[in-house]
Amino acid sequence: MIYLGKALRRSEDPPLLRGEAHFAADISFDGQLHMRVVRSPVAFGRLLGIEAGDALALPGVAAVWSGRDVADLAPIDFRQVRLPGLKPYSQPILAQGYVRYVGEPVAVLFAEDPYLAEDAADLVFADIEEGEPIRSATERPGEFAPGLTTAAATVDKSYGELEAAFAKAHEIVELRLRVGRHSGVALETRGAIARYDAASDLLQVYGAAKIPHLNRDALATLLGRPADSIQLYEGYVGGGFGIRGELYPEDVLVCLAALRLGRPVKWIEDRREHLIAANHSRDQSHHIRAAVDRSGFVLAIDDEFWADQGAYMRTHAATVADLTAAMLPGPYLIPAYRAAGHIRLTNKTPAGTYRAPGRFEGCFVCERLMDAIARRLNLDPIAVRKANLIPPERMPLDRQLETLGTPVVYDSGKYEALLDRLLDHVDYADLEARTAARRAAGELAGVGFGIFVEKSGLGPFDDVELILNEDSAVEVVTGVASLGQGVETSLAQICADALSANIENITVVHGQTDRIGRGMGAFASRVTVMTGSAVHQAATDLKQQLLAAAAAMLQTPAQQLSVEAGVIRINNRPEGPSLTLGEVVRGNASEKTFKSVTATFNTKHMTYPYGAHLVVAAIDPETAALEIERYVVAYDIGRAVNPLLIEGQIAGGMAQGIGGALFEEFVYDDLAQPLAANLADYLMPTVAEIPELETLLSEDAPSPINPLGVKGAGEAGITAAGAAIAAAVDNALGNSGDVDRLPITPTRLHDLLVARANRADGG
Amino acid sequence: MTKLDISLTVNGDNYPIKVEARRTLADALRDDCRLTGTHLGCEHGVCGACTVLVDDQPVRACLGFAVQFEGTEIRTVEGLANGDELHPLQQAFWDNHGLQCGFCTPGFLMLALAVLEDNPDIGDEELQRALSSNLCRCTGYQNIVKAVRAAAAAMKK
Repeated sequence: MIYLGKALRRSEDPPLLRGEAHFAADISFDGQLHMRVVRSPVAFGRLLGIEAGDALALPGVAAVWSGRDVADLAPIDFRQVRLPGLKPYSQPILAQGYVRYVGEPVAVLFAEDPYLAEDAADLVFADIEEGEPIRSATERPGEFAPGLTTAAATVDKSYGELEAAFAKAHEIVELRLRVGRHSGVALETRGAIARYDAASDLLQVYGAAKIPHLNRDALATLLGRPADSIQLYEGYVGGGFGIRGELYPEDVLVCLAALRLGRPVKWIEDRREHLIAANHSRDQSHHIRAAVDRSGFVLAIDDEFWADQGAYMRTHAATVADLTAAMLPGPYLIPAYRAAGHIRLTNKTPAGTYRAPGRFEGCFVCERLMDAIARRLNLDPIAVRKANLIPPERMPLDRQLETLGTPVVYDSGKYEALLDRLLDHVDYADLEARTAARRAAGELAGVGFGIFVEKSGLGPFDDVELILNEDSAVEVVTGVASLGQGVETSLAQICADALSANIENITVVHGQTDRIGRGMGAFASRVTVMTGSAVHQAATDLKQQLLAAAAAMLQTPAQQLSVEAGVIRINNRPEGPSLTLGEVVRGNASEKTFKSVTATFNTKHMTYPYGAHLVVAAIDPETAALEIERYVVAYDIGRAVNPLLIEGQIAGGMAQGIGGALFEEFVYDDLAQPLAANLADYLMPTVAEIPELETLLSEDAPSPINPLGVKGAGEAGITAAGAAIAAAVDNALGNSGDVDRLPITPTRLHDLLVARANRADGG
Repeated sequence: MTKLDISLTVNGDNYPIKVEARRTLADALRDDCRLTGTHLGCEHGVCGACTVLVDDQPVRACLGFAVQFEGTEIRTVEGLANGDELHPLQQAFWDNHGLQCGFCTPGFLMLALAVLEDNPDIGDEELQRALSSNLCRCTGYQNIVKAVRAAAAAMKK
């Protein structure tokens, strides 16, 4: 292996560094119209009508549509975890009869110029009879529509003898915990550009991301067109994090307008729109109860939670609640378990997945529980965790739960070994003693950690086609997408090794629906595992075919040939005849076989990487400023394709995790008006808030269910961030267990400091 | 709305353009000069993705009107490389994995350029303060800091 495991810098970078990479907003077509969405200014009400006369009177305004104009289109359908009964809660592309969140599209306007479009949109008046909004998922359910409750569905998952476990418990530990509403907030806002060519009856859509093939199929169904009359093209994409690339109302409107108006239509979202219209995430309230024995071993967990879904069920349907319930037990044995997740509609922006969906929340809840158990039983928090970790001899472990339509079977893992590696790295006993000494001296310093199991490599399939040209150039055509994670480089590394080719000769195609028939896209940390395995398989096949053909050309048995750096030679004859891979193609021009080789990787199971975060934090008691002094992530990746990119993924995830744990929150007022609708109010971390990350990458538990043993890396940096930071803050405050809610904003931290001071006064 | 004839000097080239008085510098660069390397992340002056240099000072191109910049020397990311040869900052961002999606990168490159041109020996704390004016959502920042440090060393050679 020449390339696998190497920290190669990325082939994707030069155009990005030169300012030559084209993102959605950089794409324009002659004669294009600019779309502007008119959004509801109120959270809930009956939509009585749209008055657009003044807007239409402006020269250069081509059309204004209200809900009535698009009433013949079905609402956007679900693509994952569709539970029965959810359909009536799906979102129409323009409001029909009711508005249900601030930011909901009520009308759409098309004009010659984007400035004009904004001016004209201001003249469109939505006549709304305001009603009382529902602001919380935990209050009594109300009505979504007449006769339809906002209690949309409950996700139930369980195994084992729950009641028996609680009956024999030494202690029952109970917590109420909350995770705030935040989201991916990529630096590039959303955008879509569509054009229709009547002669070929082809609709072309630019600005695609994440799941181009799935979105093409969904668009085809919505628009009543054959799938092959729609092509989606992915350009450079400015960050995804789960939320970008899902099919949104605006995407459908752009396509519909290109078809109906017969001109290219461009839509670029502004930042305020992004913060109130693109998917939010998290926002869960948990009530967890655990039955524990004297040693701190957890006999059973019973978790009930409420997920604030916002105003509609979007493409992810019940995905986040489903993942929360299935993954909450994490790395622990937990012989009996039940989770009930209530999905509730409220009058906020609809929610979907965001990096480590359900696991950021579940890990926070489970790890707060472990600390609470340690506190109750007066045990060391590490000892409690070690008493509950799944031992390696139990692998593979059938969790007896399902998620995303697959049974959760942990494929491999040596959890305690990884935890020990982390503890050794920081010299935990010493670190803990030093931090305790700081506290004794009056400082507010603490150590916290969180252990997690992630999932990656969601199936069911991935196709690739390898095309080898006479000049030895190899094109790897995939159905995945690139959101900045380094897809091109890592897939090229896998291909080059399996084919024994030069990596410089390999290009990776992704996100183009006209290049490959089907594709699953890029989400759930699936690309390296799924596409990587398919690439490995195709390249291995191709190499065998090339060797067979070369054997005939060199009149030497294939077993006596070997390939290195794209050149086939006869073993032990370095000066003998040789062929480049391209020359084999040229010499067999009539044979079609190995010019194009396809492979499919199928799987019914995900892989389960795991890791642990450790945080050292200190709080300034005067200002409530919090400094993360140290952040360490230990992670077992199974097998590392490119450590540079993996560490980059972890560092980026950590930064987002710190944001969600300390700063970022979509706050709403009493009228369900969003108060964080710009980047001055929605606080993302800057370099000043992010510590240097120490990463401990291990390959102790390769996945047995794919040929390379790889697992995904996309979510490792964020999963335990909330858990570890909360634990560190709690530890700094004296292990009171007060930290029960994320984000720990400066205001909340101040409240915690006051509570602590009052307690000290009282006792 | 009336359009005004102005001319902008960008990366040493002259761009005669016709713009409304309210047109932002960022939109003029992107749509009228066709220099789309300058990106818009928020259009309210927080994220810094649109950072360009105006007479050597870093400026958020979304917060100014194009008409205000006549007679200034504007530099954008397109002017950084010398033909095939990347600028030391670009090279350092590449070598240090200082970008992932790359959307914020032009803004960071231009910000870092201004910072290093102003003070090649900038201290760590000062550098952190300067770089904290731009947002990145992918990298976790540390590789950006490493890249700027590496570029500072390379630019002194």
